[in-house]
Amino acid sequence: MSELGPVSSVAVSPIAVSPTAVSPMEAELRALRASGRKLLVPYLTGGLGPWTEHLRAMADAGADVIEVGIPFSDPAMDGPVIQQASELALRSGTTPGSVLADLRGVDAGVPLVAMTYYNLVFHMGDERMAGELAEAGVSGVVLPDVPMEEQGPWRAAADPAGIDTVLMAGPITPDDRLARVCEQSRGYIYGVNLMGITGERASLGEQGAVLARRIKALTDKPVLMGFGVSTPEQAVEVSAEADGAIVGTAVVRRILDGETPEQLHAFIASLRKALDAG
Amino acid sequence: MTSSPPDSSFMGEPDATGRFGRFGGRFIPETLMPACIELDAAFRDAWADAAFRAELDELLSSYAGRPSPLTECHRLSEEIGVRVLLKREDLNHTGSHKINNVLGQALLTKRMGKTRLVAETGAGQHGVATATAAALMGFECTVYMGEVDMERQKLNVFRMRLLGAEVRPALSGSRTLKDAVNEAMRDWVATVETSHYCLGSVMGPHPYPWLVRELHRVIGDEARQQTRALLDGADPDVVVACVGGGSNAAGIFSGFADTSAALVGVEPAGGAAVGAGIPGVVHGMHSYLMQDEWGQVEEAHSISAGLDYPGVGPEHAHLSDIGRAQYHPVTDDEVINAFQVLTRTEGIIPALEPAHGLAWILREAPSMQGHTVLLNLSGRGDKDVAQMMDILEGERS
Repeated sequence: MSELGPVSSVAVSPIAVSPTAVSPMEAELRALRASGRKLLVPYLTGGLGPWTEHLRAMADAGADVIEVGIPFSDPAMDGPVIQQASELALRSGTTPGSVLADLRGVDAGVPLVAMTYYNLVFHMGDERMAGELAEAGVSGVVLPDVPMEEQGPWRAAADPAGIDTVLMAGPITPDDRLARVCEQSRGYIYGVNLMGITGERASLGEQGAVLARRIKALTDKPVLMGFGVSTPEQAVEVSAEADGAIVGTAVVRRILDGETPEQLHAFIASLRKALDAG
Repeated sequence: MTSSPPDSSFMGEPDATGRFGRFGGRFIPETLMPACIELDAAFRDAWADAAFRAELDELLSSYAGRPSPLTECHRLSEEIGVRVLLKREDLNHTGSHKINNVLGQALLTKRMGKTRLVAETGAGQHGVATATAAALMGFECTVYMGEVDMERQKLNVFRMRLLGAEVRPALSGSRTLKDAVNEAMRDWVATVETSHYCLGSVMGPHPYPWLVRELHRVIGDEARQQTRALLDGADPDVVVACVGGGSNAAGIFSGFADTSAALVGVEPAGGAAVGAGIPGVVHGMHSYLMQDEWGQVEEAHSISAGLDYPGVGPEHAHLSDIGRAQYHPVTDDEVINAFQVLTRTEGIIPALEPAHGLAWILREAPSMQGHTVLLNLSGRGDKDVAQMMDILEGERS
């Protein structure tokens, strides 16, 4: 498949979506939740090795949504593992265009959410990026360096394009901001378990559970907890008060260690099994 | 809803979103928003508090050695036909202008009840200043420095450690200043409840670009009085400063923004963010940024670790946008020459950073004959002597 040129223009086909309507991804997650299932959302770095094969393996092993990192040169919210993955992917020639092109060829059967930093969006242009993501079949986006105050131009492009903007909330997010995050986030709410950057942790404190309870008291949108979730036990732990777990670094580390799609399938299946067993 | 901001060409407050014109803002994770909002409120409160201002002024004079003098370069002026005045920030305690900002932020840290400073550093001057303030006030201190810069500036690394700071290498990316900023932000997001991020330039998320400029305003305020005293009430024709992130330039420009003086920022040719003129978003701000065709941030390359930064403070992007200040690049070779010229004609060894400013003056001297130019001599060259020895001895052998 051909890579996108950096300046080619792709027509944005606006899909009329009211900002308060339940998006297709959110509807799907609500239905899964209603069936009694805890949601499993693994993350992987786009462009790192045979990544679309890893992505398919994770979908087959029971992921409900998959987050795809579009690597950025300066990932300030990420720990050493995702930094290394980003650097390797960039060094092998990965660009936002190549990740988008690859995504267009993937039919994972689960919603995909792109995670990246705002400069890559800003540089391409909000409208064009929203259009490209929609064309590639992506359902949502997480932009960790775009807080509510700065999301205006992006939302003006993303909402009409049908791209859910997933907002993050952290342990020290005050009540008034938390209420606005819950109101403005689309698809799901990304609860950050701890104060810090992405990366595996031997144990998770109480902060995540407290945050999950605070969010659940404010909204019935799906609530997924990420950062630090490394093992099946921790996935179960953070899902207790929330609707599911996001697992990033533990996946990326395995890919960096050279795990095959089959080996990664086994890890995701172990998370799935633990969550299903509660 | 908000009152209209003061005329932004005069370097007043940014608007309610932290913007100077279209630049600035606050592009940071939600987890850091409470800290930036708290810092903004704490600074507004402190800056309006006479007791805080008096405490800072007292530290600036009895500890840092302010006011810094204005030196007229008689021999150099005669040689190049331009009257050159130096604002001697090199004579401050710790050897550069960086101490102005750090003492202010350290007092703010105390006021906010925090006990640890986190900082990034390029050449090491901001790191040394931060470690110094931490020692003075009894704070813990962690400084992030690119691994490449640690090698280039070994003496400053040792100096920070002597002062009790922990120096941690930034090992990712280009392993220079931009990566040290990333590491400092990663530390801060994990420790924000007890740590203050003592950012070293007029960059980053709001309120930093404004706060750091206000803390360096003292350079411009003093220089304006000093030049008026020397020039019979007149202002210099041109005010020149080097620009990496742009803190010393913002400080001296703020004293002359409402005069008829031309304002000139000098960037290294290998790190000319304003010169490249491509807007972007990194390190919490919207500004000009060196980046590739996809928006990946590029590495800056220059002889000076302190200017090896691919971005620039948002207020500089704005001043360039509206034409109030101009920004020009100089090459490493011009800088090496300027470093030696000032040393030999005036007996002042400048840091490589302000040598950029002088390099521009030397190049443009033919078109500025008879004019008066004020250069912010932002730091002394001791830290660069070993590097210059390698370069100059290498040339001779």
